[in-house]
Amino acid sequence: MVIKGTVHKFGDDINTDDIIAAKYLVSTEAKELGSHCMETIAPEFARKVKPGDIIVAGKNFGCGSSREHAPLAIKGCGIAAVIATSFAGIFFRNAINIGLPFVELSDTGKISDGDLLEIDLASGIIKNLTTQATFKTQAFPQFLQSIVEDGGLMNYVKERRKGINV
Amino acid sequence: MPYTIAEKILLAHTDKKEIRPGDFIEVNVDLGLGNDITAPLAISEFKKAGLTKVFDPKKIVLVPDHFAPAKDLRSANNCRILADFAKEQKIKNYFEIGCMGIEHALLPELGLVLPGDLVIGADSHTCTYGALGAYATGVGSTDLARSFVDGKCWFKVPPSVKFIYEGKLNKWVGGKDLILFTIGSIGVDGALYKVMEFCGPVIEKLSMDGRFTMSNMAIEAGGRAGLIEPDETAIKYARAASKRKFKIYKSDKGAHYEKVYTFDISKMEPQVACPHLPSNVKGVSELKNIELDQVVIGSCTNGRISDLRIAAKILKGKKIKPGLKLIVIPATQKIYLEAVKEGLAGIFVKAGAVFSTPTCGPCLGGHVGILTSGERCLATTNRNFIGRMGHPQSEVYLSNPAVAAASAIKGNICHPESLK
Repeated sequence: MVIKGTVHKFGDDINTDDIIAAKYLVSTEAKELGSHCMETIAPEFARKVKPGDIIVAGKNFGCGSSREHAPLAIKGCGIAAVIATSFAGIFFRNAINIGLPFVELSDTGKISDGDLLEIDLASGIIKNLTTQATFKTQAFPQFLQSIVEDGGLMNYVKERRKGINV
Repeated sequence: MPYTIAEKILLAHTDKKEIRPGDFIEVNVDLGLGNDITAPLAISEFKKAGLTKVFDPKKIVLVPDHFAPAKDLRSANNCRILADFAKEQKIKNYFEIGCMGIEHALLPELGLVLPGDLVIGADSHTCTYGALGAYATGVGSTDLARSFVDGKCWFKVPPSVKFIYEGKLNKWVGGKDLILFTIGSIGVDGALYKVMEFCGPVIEKLSMDGRFTMSNMAIEAGGRAGLIEPDETAIKYARAASKRKFKIYKSDKGAHYEKVYTFDISKMEPQVACPHLPSNVKGVSELKNIELDQVVIGSCTNGRISDLRIAAKILKGKKIKPGLKLIVIPATQKIYLEAVKEGLAGIFVKAGAVFSTPTCGPCLGGHVGILTSGERCLATTNRNFIGRMGHPQSEVYLSNPAVAAASAIKGNICHPESLK
């Protein structure tokens, strides 16, 4: 899968309260959550995002609470993938489980806000079409790839339980 | 091969012969927990997948505690989803308000988590139960939904990091200060995707409540779990809470730790995390003239009976600063009753505090004490992110209950000794 979109750049330690404030957690709808994505720290963000755009951030993206509403909000506002130096543990598994593509890139300093990026998820190659720079990242381990390929954790489990009545 | 306590518990819950950090494993979960924010999403995922019957209702706990008692219509709907699902699936461990407590205080109190257990919770502070020597970790709603299906969860085995605490705790210093100091030392990603194991002479002497506070905030350093080897203190607590048999795991000599930190805490004063990260930690005496609009004492971090006792000791016979708002929230109904019986509730109310029914409420800016623009709060909770308790232009400081109580009297952040 190849994703092409404009970069929205964020810093280090973007937490799940930043991504979606607790007051909106009465909803479980991705679209509704998405309309408030990053509202606390970037009030214009959700309105500016075009479908297919990409978030690029520093270390420890998605730290804080376990709310799956955070990756749902990111997906819901139209973001197609997140690139960060590192991801917090629960956000990492939530993104895998709901099928939000993300990539770990050790240095995101050479990507600026507004750059046009192309991510090839299968090969792990990121091209900065604005600066012509290319970055190679590690592909997901096989186990995680199979969850992503099945379209998320529930499908993965269902696939492997075919014929078993629950 | 020698294992850490975390690796031993994980291994015991797989069908594997050995595991190593970095391995992907599927574990059999002893208990899966959800609340009124995360469980509705899990239940909807479960139903969307066309499933009708949970794997084992005895292994599910549902606690409406975040926006409960229902703060508005949509919260009421979400709480209703939990109640209906519990009824439909015959889940006995559903706790309606009146029995409900803040989940991470409630589960150990009821003996639902014991040493050696493997617990997943769709709440990041599930790591609290590490204090009992259980492997407990926060997961997402879909993880919880999957555990409803087959009682399993996928993990990438985390490496362990050891924290040894030496010396003697000073007066007014406890579990909250140890963990704030630790997060301040290593940063909010200092234990990213690692198990934190707390040990040393200071931990051996620490009360169970103090240990829960420490393990609770392991996630604030990025930790997947915050474990303490069960000793007499933990075993006594577990036996008093439940008749169920449990298994004690301890780290082997020669077990591998990615890193070992040793802290001498003899000179440590109460610690305060300043806005807007739990790692922005300073000694309380470094903070001058930080005037407060609100103080909150409670939460899954510091809403236990010993937290209320220490706050009441300071507030007894005193009045809080006029114009300041003090909100005290016992974490469970049992703690609430105990606070009434011991006269703590009376001390708080006479001092000018609000004494609330158990709820996570203000900690996450949910209800019962939202901050407006420009307001500043000192809370015994666990997070001080931008806008955590309300308006993006409000501020949250974090401390132990003694500092919180003393600061409510003075009106600015202060050392409890400074009241004398």
